[in-house]
Amino acid sequence: MTISGDFGVWIAALLTLCVFSFLYKDNPLYKFAEHLFVGVSAGYYIALNYWTVVDQYLVVPLRATFDGSLPGGPFDARMQDYRAWLIIPAVLGVLLFTRLFTRLSWMSRWSLAVVMGVYAGLKTTGFAQGDLVAQVQASLIPLWIPGNLWASLNAILFTIGLVTSLLFFFYSREHKGVLGGVSRVGVWFLMISFGAGYGYTVMSRVSLLIGRFQFLLVDWLHVR
Amino acid sequence: MKREIPLFLTAVIGAIVLAGFFVPHQFISVPADYFQRCAVIVVAFGYALGGANLVRVNLEGIARRHPDWPYKVVLLVGMLVTLVFGLFVDRAKFQDPGTVSIWIYDNIYVPMNSTMFALLAFFIASAAFRAFRVRTAEAALLAVSALIVMIGRVPLGDAIMAGVFDHPGLPDWVRHLRLEPLQQWIMDWPQNAAKRAILIGAAMGVMATGLRVILGIERSYLGGSD
Repeated sequence: MTISGDFGVWIAALLTLCVFSFLYKDNPLYKFAEHLFVGVSAGYYIALNYWTVVDQYLVVPLRATFDGSLPGGPFDARMQDYRAWLIIPAVLGVLLFTRLFTRLSWMSRWSLAVVMGVYAGLKTTGFAQGDLVAQVQASLIPLWIPGNLWASLNAILFTIGLVTSLLFFFYSREHKGVLGGVSRVGVWFLMISFGAGYGYTVMSRVSLLIGRFQFLLVDWLHVR
Repeated sequence: MKREIPLFLTAVIGAIVLAGFFVPHQFISVPADYFQRCAVIVVAFGYALGGANLVRVNLEGIARRHPDWPYKVVLLVGMLVTLVFGLFVDRAKFQDPGTVSIWIYDNIYVPMNSTMFALLAFFIASAAFRAFRVRTAEAALLAVSALIVMIGRVPLGDAIMAGVFDHPGLPDWVRHLRLEPLQQWIMDWPQNAAKRAILIGAAMGVMATGLRVILGIERSYLGGSD
């Protein structure tokens, strides 16, 4: 058995063991890995957002606007080319940092207002189109498929499950009588769904666990 | 005015972005696209704000000699090193092979990220074992479907039951009761029906919340004071 000589693999393996040590109990090795993870992720995502968003959509276009390399004036904006108008999001971005100062923190609301307005507008139509209409459309399936009893039964079961589960979320009337009975059936379907979702999540985590053991045994210790 | 101006901004910008979906004219689509660009940039600044807050909180902890202060130093050093290499050394090519930034990502971030999530396998299972009791029909449904999906999704689990359901003396339809096809059936039909109902309900909830934000009824994002 030959152990890996790659420094990166050693670091990754030791950090993996540090995180796994939490299975015994909270300990200094885990705390070290945990804090390093938070620091590295924060640094990585700040750099990622700087180069993929701030630099690409703000710094580069603003530099091109003011170094005279673009034809037309600095405010001669058109679709996807906003030139000096990009100073506004730059100012709004800087205003976000007023949150760090109690007396000035109210100014960060202007930046938040822009973000909230945009995402409220986007999500209202986005969810209507992408989720509501698409899901309803995909759920409108024929209940009777000639010559295929099994598929027909599944389609009927699916429709009953969908309608009863939706009715369970109807809170404008008390769940009594017919609505109570129907929503009870909806609860059964929801329970099956939560159970399946739980099992699916556990198995995806187990799959990650197997991946980490494969890394330790194969990539690090070279056990074949 | 500290609340009215943000509410006005949200309403106007929200209405323009919403209208941009229905009105393809440049009078609406250009400002709608511009505001989307603004939001993306402001959100990117938000990451830097998060980093600045992390530095502030941890520096305070170090200055006050909080019991865990050495770990706070580890956090700040990890963040600083990643930032310096990402922003000033590797610069725009920081995700390219051979850079220090991608080495940090591949050998520190990715292994710890996967191991943290892998740990959840133990904690989800132990939490369920300790807290979950099958006392009602609904709880039984949840437990049975979870067990079928968990065992049926691994080759070993399916192979155990295959010996029973693949017996040559049994009719063909019995093979559908093997755990692998059974868990797939659960995922495709009953699970899918309830999941779609949740998605449809959530979509309506998001739409209603979006309209409440635009109309100024939902104001919690402004915070509590003045």
